[in-house]
Amino acid sequence: MLSEHRGPGFYILAAFFCLFVLFLYGPLSTIVILSFQGPDGGLTFPMNGTSLRWFANLFEQQAVGDFGGAFTRSLTLGVMVMLTTVVVSLLGGLAFRRRFAGSGALFYLAVASLVVPSILVSLGIGLLFQVTGFRPQWYTSAFGAHLTWTLPFGLLIMFAVFNRFSPAYEEAARDLGASAWQTFAHVVLPMITPPLVGVGLFGFSLSYDEFARTLMTSGSFNTLPLEIYGMTTNVTTPVLYALGTVTTGFSFLVILIALGAIVLVNRRRARAGAV
Amino acid sequence: MTLTARLAPYLQAAPLALILGVFLLVPLLTILMVSFWDYDSIRIYPDFVTFNYEETLFSWVTWKTYLNTLKFAVIVWAITLFVGFWVAYFLAFHIRTTAMQLVLFLVCTVPFLTSNIIRMISWIPFLGRNGLLNSALVEAGIVAEPLEFLLFSEFAVVLAMVHLYTLFMVTPIFNTLMRIDRALIEAARDAGASGFQILTNVILPLAKPGIAIGSIFVVTLVMGDFITVRFMSGGQSASIGLMMANQMSLLQYPAAAANAVVLLAVVLIIVAGILRIVDIRKEL
Repeated sequence: MLSEHRGPGFYILAAFFCLFVLFLYGPLSTIVILSFQGPDGGLTFPMNGTSLRWFANLFEQQAVGDFGGAFTRSLTLGVMVMLTTVVVSLLGGLAFRRRFAGSGALFYLAVASLVVPSILVSLGIGLLFQVTGFRPQWYTSAFGAHLTWTLPFGLLIMFAVFNRFSPAYEEAARDLGASAWQTFAHVVLPMITPPLVGVGLFGFSLSYDEFARTLMTSGSFNTLPLEIYGMTTNVTTPVLYALGTVTTGFSFLVILIALGAIVLVNRRRARAGAV
Repeated sequence: MTLTARLAPYLQAAPLALILGVFLLVPLLTILMVSFWDYDSIRIYPDFVTFNYEETLFSWVTWKTYLNTLKFAVIVWAITLFVGFWVAYFLAFHIRTTAMQLVLFLVCTVPFLTSNIIRMISWIPFLGRNGLLNSALVEAGIVAEPLEFLLFSEFAVVLAMVHLYTLFMVTPIFNTLMRIDRALIEAARDAGASGFQILTNVILPLAKPGIAIGSIFVVTLVMGDFITVRFMSGGQSASIGLMMANQMSLLQYPAAAANAVVLLAVVLIIVAGILRIVDIRKEL
């Protein structure tokens, strides 16, 4: 373990880890390959030639329903959830740095939000809207439903950040005459930008892929996961895989952008520190 | 302290409290209220009846479904705990540089940020009747006929759940393992402990809070799951979540609500049980 030489334990666990990664990515890579299936190919191997036909198919209305509309809604909702999650978790994290009346209750409420099964949130919000006479819409009820999942995650990340955050920086800024707002904007915020990007990534991705919480709350228009689920019951061509490839590719792109942003921020900071 | 400084935490916590209040607390109370309502095939009526609970609690089907869901929870929990612990252990103790740890951890995390539905669909070409696994098995002469139980079965449900939920076990355990003071392990070794003794007497006790948090995640996710069960079992298995989803699609909201209240109670009892065994407060 911490010894100089790699024991047999290392090789066994390394093999185990590789199998785990294969288990995670293997199935995903098969649908990427199969989405390039030839025009006469089916849902399983062998490949019957290769083509881009199923990707072209995605953009024909009759083939897959309203893919463009569902994608736009999911994207918009994801961005809304992302921005709200970042701002609200940051404020929540700041609030919990001090004791306040009700902090215990609020903390338990946030934890409960993680523990309550998604389908209950979906049902509850759906019923609440029905009882109060509001129409569920993806940008109201589904938006709130997604926040019950993303906010506790964001808050826990902010807890981890502020637990390790030394108040000495803020005290130094205050001693130098900075106002509370200046301290926050010029000292605290730049230091916690990378984890905030992480919170944003979580917020966007969890919302973009959420199914159970959207089921009863999306109203009359489907988000992308609902649309994909609908397709699984009536689409029997590789266009399903093409859709999977495109949406997964989009998720990867979002992750890369977020990681790129974090690296960029860290580099800039390192350079600023060196001067 | 000035008034604004004293007010600040309340203002900062207000958006969080407001959102969780409106979209979690009030909806749960609504479920509780509606669970006592009456319904017919078209709409639900305000009332105070208890037959939604009677139908739920005194039905053999419900009990069987609960047992089935608990069975999934136990199996998936055991597998994800085993896999999650060793993956986390490998990352925490065998990878020597922080950068490499971060990269490998991200490799594990990325699939979690992609669609669950797509990840379920992706098992079709692998497990199906003409899938990769069956072709390989037939070609290798291990089986004469393609195996039917691989896809659309309880096996597939468990496999997909492990696929989807293991990360919820890896992350908290990795987090606790990283916090274990390496000097403790050195001290145990200097005192003559074997690798196995270090694992059972030092690492496992210290990893308990992470294991507890991971277990809470996995168990609650499995208990409330309906989409994995519906999709991967091909309608051949049942879970409480699926039962609720079916009642919801038939507009039997009060029945679904009563089910939801019972499910929430069961989940909370399990969580409370885990928290009794392990103190996780240090983790938060």
